[in-house]
Amino acid sequence: MGHYQWNWAIVFEQVAGTKEYYYQWLITGLGWTVATALCAWVLALVLGSLVGTLRTVPNKWLASLATCYVELFRNIPLIVQLFLWFYVLPEVLPKSAGFWMKQDMPMPEFITAAIGLGLFTSARVAEQVRTGIMALSSGQKNAGLALGFTLPQAYRYVILPMAFRIVIPPMTSEFMNVFKNSAVALAIGVTELTFQMRQITGEYAPGNPIEVMTIVSVIYLILAFSVNRLMALIERRTQVPGYISGGGK
Amino acid sequence: MVLHRYTLFDTTESTMSIIRFNAVNKWFKDLHVLKDVNLSVAEGEVVVICGPSGSGKSTLIRTVNQLETIGSGEIWVNGQNVIDPKTDINTVRADVGFVFQHFNLYPHLTVLDNITLAPIQVRKQPRVEAEALAETLLAKVGLANKRDVFPSQLSGGQQQRVAIARGLAMQPKVMLFDEPTSALDPEMIGEVLKVMKDLAHTGITMMCVTHEMGFAREVADRVVFLDQGEVVEMATPAEFFSAPKSERAKQFLQQVLSPMH
Repeated sequence: MGHYQWNWAIVFEQVAGTKEYYYQWLITGLGWTVATALCAWVLALVLGSLVGTLRTVPNKWLASLATCYVELFRNIPLIVQLFLWFYVLPEVLPKSAGFWMKQDMPMPEFITAAIGLGLFTSARVAEQVRTGIMALSSGQKNAGLALGFTLPQAYRYVILPMAFRIVIPPMTSEFMNVFKNSAVALAIGVTELTFQMRQITGEYAPGNPIEVMTIVSVIYLILAFSVNRLMALIERRTQVPGYISGGGK
Repeated sequence: MVLHRYTLFDTTESTMSIIRFNAVNKWFKDLHVLKDVNLSVAEGEVVVICGPSGSGKSTLIRTVNQLETIGSGEIWVNGQNVIDPKTDINTVRADVGFVFQHFNLYPHLTVLDNITLAPIQVRKQPRVEAEALAETLLAKVGLANKRDVFPSQLSGGQQQRVAIARGLAMQPKVMLFDEPTSALDPEMIGEVLKVMKDLAHTGITMMCVTHEMGFAREVADRVVFLDQGEVVEMATPAEFFSAPKSERAKQFLQQVLSPMH
């Protein structure tokens, strides 16, 4: 590889035999990456908060059910989970449902990836939420209950508002991870950013992989960094004046 | 049936006693922390519970609103048996204020919101009304100018006074205090005790676990001395402090009242 022909302008070149440009492919890829990651994140936040909360309730059955959920989704590799949802689930479902998944489900790759990534991430979010709740003193819960709140009210008004504030830093990492992990969606054919990168460097412009990969890496970097800044903003906005986190006797 | 007889007995007596323990026992695994406790608190009475640490005082007061469950016996509060699974414990708790050793204010809410949260969410009181009451209560505990600050911006004594106002905002029939001054710096104990004394004079029923014997002497109608989970003595402060009957109470008083302490 002594005579590597650098050509950073490659992304502005037209794809041979089409009317499209490589940069358009990358933008499409970025679009799917963002869509997959955001949908997965919304699902992960909702389910993760619910499951993480349930792990801390006094009802043993609910708590163990939530524990099983977490162990199931965080102990199987993400790529295996996507394969299971995409290739195995339609086979084990009742015939008509499996048939629908294979034939009629709209955007099957995208929807499967968003749900699969969302469930995987929800297990991790659940653990963060649980940690946040455990970090609060039991006095907080008792202070709610003693005033006549039901347990759900105590969670809603007293426990979760503080627990979420406490876990903003680790949740930032999870939110960043969901963008980076969305690259795995290429395995079931989502035409996201990494898929486009492989397609360009593999078949279409095999001569300039370094430029394309560098550009894609920088796009991921900017995405993750934006998430990081957004979360920092949320952290500042929700900060309790004078409260030093980790306190609470 | 024994249970039935107790039930009849208690509903007739409930007009007199607002809190009543009938043969209450509690175990933490093998540790017998409450031993056959019988105790009743009359409406408007101020009862101080004292005893050496580990005697079960805090556990006892927490069983009243079921922050602690019990092993056997009955506890009646405002005419309701709180042990009965059919009792809606939340409605019982709403009528029983509780002040914690470590204040346990909600750190993410302002002082005003700390006080109005339960009246608005539990009592469904209109916000305007709840806020008006909160401001009156804040003035009573001497913190009228602190309504918009957060708990972490207050001293311990101020936080505890807010916690008392928070309890009172539910207009409870009973106030329970679980060592309300034990976590405070010495110079802040006085301000909290003053609020509690003022409160005692309003005629509200109070049950208070404390080591502040001066408070007990001054405002308690009765002192209950607990040791190793047993009610060892129950007397007026005058009797208890001048002529304790049991050896254990004598020993305890010597320790807490000694000038070296």
